[in-house]
Amino acid sequence: MTGNGDGVVVSLEGVRKAFGDLVVLDGLDLEVRQGESMVVIGGSGSGKSVMLKHVIALLRPDAGRIRVDGVDLASLGNRELTHFRRRFGMAFQEGALFDSMTVAENVGFSLHRLTDLSAAEIRERVEECLRLVRLEGTGEKLPSELSGGMRRRVGFARAIAHEPEILLFDEPTTGLDPVITALVDDVILDLTEGLGTTAITITHDMTSAFRIADRIGLLWGGRIVALAPPEEFRELDDPRVQQFIHGRAEGPLTDPREVPGSEIGEERKR
Amino acid sequence: MAELGRFFLVFARVMAWTPRPPYDWRQLLRQMVRVGVESVPVILLTAMFTGAVLALQSFSVLARFNAESFVGSLVALSLVLELSPVIGGLIIAGRVGSSMGAEIGTMRVTEQIDALEVMATDPVHYLMVPRVWALVAMLPLLVLMGDVVGMAGGYLVAVVLMGANPVVYIESSFRYMDLWDLAQGLIKAAFFGLLVGVVGCQKGFYTSGGAEGVGRATTRSVVAASIAILISDFFLTKVMTWLTPLIVR
Repeated sequence: MTGNGDGVVVSLEGVRKAFGDLVVLDGLDLEVRQGESMVVIGGSGSGKSVMLKHVIALLRPDAGRIRVDGVDLASLGNRELTHFRRRFGMAFQEGALFDSMTVAENVGFSLHRLTDLSAAEIRERVEECLRLVRLEGTGEKLPSELSGGMRRRVGFARAIAHEPEILLFDEPTTGLDPVITALVDDVILDLTEGLGTTAITITHDMTSAFRIADRIGLLWGGRIVALAPPEEFRELDDPRVQQFIHGRAEGPLTDPREVPGSEIGEERKR
Repeated sequence: MAELGRFFLVFARVMAWTPRPPYDWRQLLRQMVRVGVESVPVILLTAMFTGAVLALQSFSVLARFNAESFVGSLVALSLVLELSPVIGGLIIAGRVGSSMGAEIGTMRVTEQIDALEVMATDPVHYLMVPRVWALVAMLPLLVLMGDVVGMAGGYLVAVVLMGANPVVYIESSFRYMDLWDLAQGLIKAAFFGLLVGVVGCQKGFYTSGGAEGVGRATTRSVVAASIAILISDFFLTKVMTWLTPLIVR
């Protein structure tokens, strides 16, 4: 399903995005290959979520180009965009579950809307996805009855339910306990290594990043400033990479003179 | 001005999505129950007292001209043409418009609207179309109930409290009213339902800034819808009084 020879599925070229005066992405380049598990790390407010939302056209770039299988997203009309999004699954930071629906209805939502599966088949698939994140038997609950971590896992199950070709994970393991984190990591590994799904994960959990990534990129100042497979990434002598990996408070990432626009603010939403 | 532009944008998108399948009847029914059935008590209560106070006031005013026999006509026509749709619309703006603004606004700030889009579901189609049409369908029904109960309230005050002759009162209520009067009130109600729905959806959809933003969206839904009802009521009345001679005889 790659469409072009070099196996690049998602490519961002010179993507720039500003909210008012705050430039969040500033000429970002990134290519993600077919079947690859790409992990993008970066501090809070570095624009990771914003980048991810550009890949699925929830946000439009001020400048630059985003292509999926060689197709420029800017060229898609509303209807084509709807069709295009079927190939994606996305898990949101706080789960973003529909709170008027039960857990099972949430996980089965895309199956109902996007596939021809029968009600029984949907039920089966929903239960299977919930089992993957160790939430079997919670199908009849409402999101408000779940803890934050459980909601996040339901959101994860919902993202993978219709077996999309490209998965986008917005901090899938933040706030989960280490055991569940390892579990979610394993599911991501199964999907990318076993089924050849392409995944883009953003996180600031370094353990998780090293476990699931084929390549890791560091987003800083609106660009990917370092990009390498996990083993090489660990050895990079870029001080910014080393500061992030080792979680040091002092360093170029936190030096106000080095930070473009000198604002490491809240993660900006719309 | 930008708000007005958004209003028409949302309105146009709701209209454009309405004829497209899949039709979500279940969702429509659910919204009709929410905006319609659950609003019955508050509508009946306000209509009852509106009719009652109207009878009380007009009795004392018309008595000055020895025209007490017209109290029934005045109450009935005022209710059906004007008060029932406007007060009903305002009540629904407060009860339903606010909850729509808050609900859709919360969905916006918790990324549920993004999640819908990601799952190839247009939020206008999925969220707004059933809500807007549920209001357009239910508000006239509520207003019709309000008409009946309001007139009953007027009757109670006039006959029981003021000692009017029951037969004369009822006869006077219907003497000058025809079907077109009733229709005018219901057309207004449907239009107000459309306003409340589109405004509520619009304010919610363009919410930003967390819990505070949701609060703002909720308030604005009510304020904007109420103002829109009162202003459009004037122009609707103008158009319909102009149409009246063409329709009645």
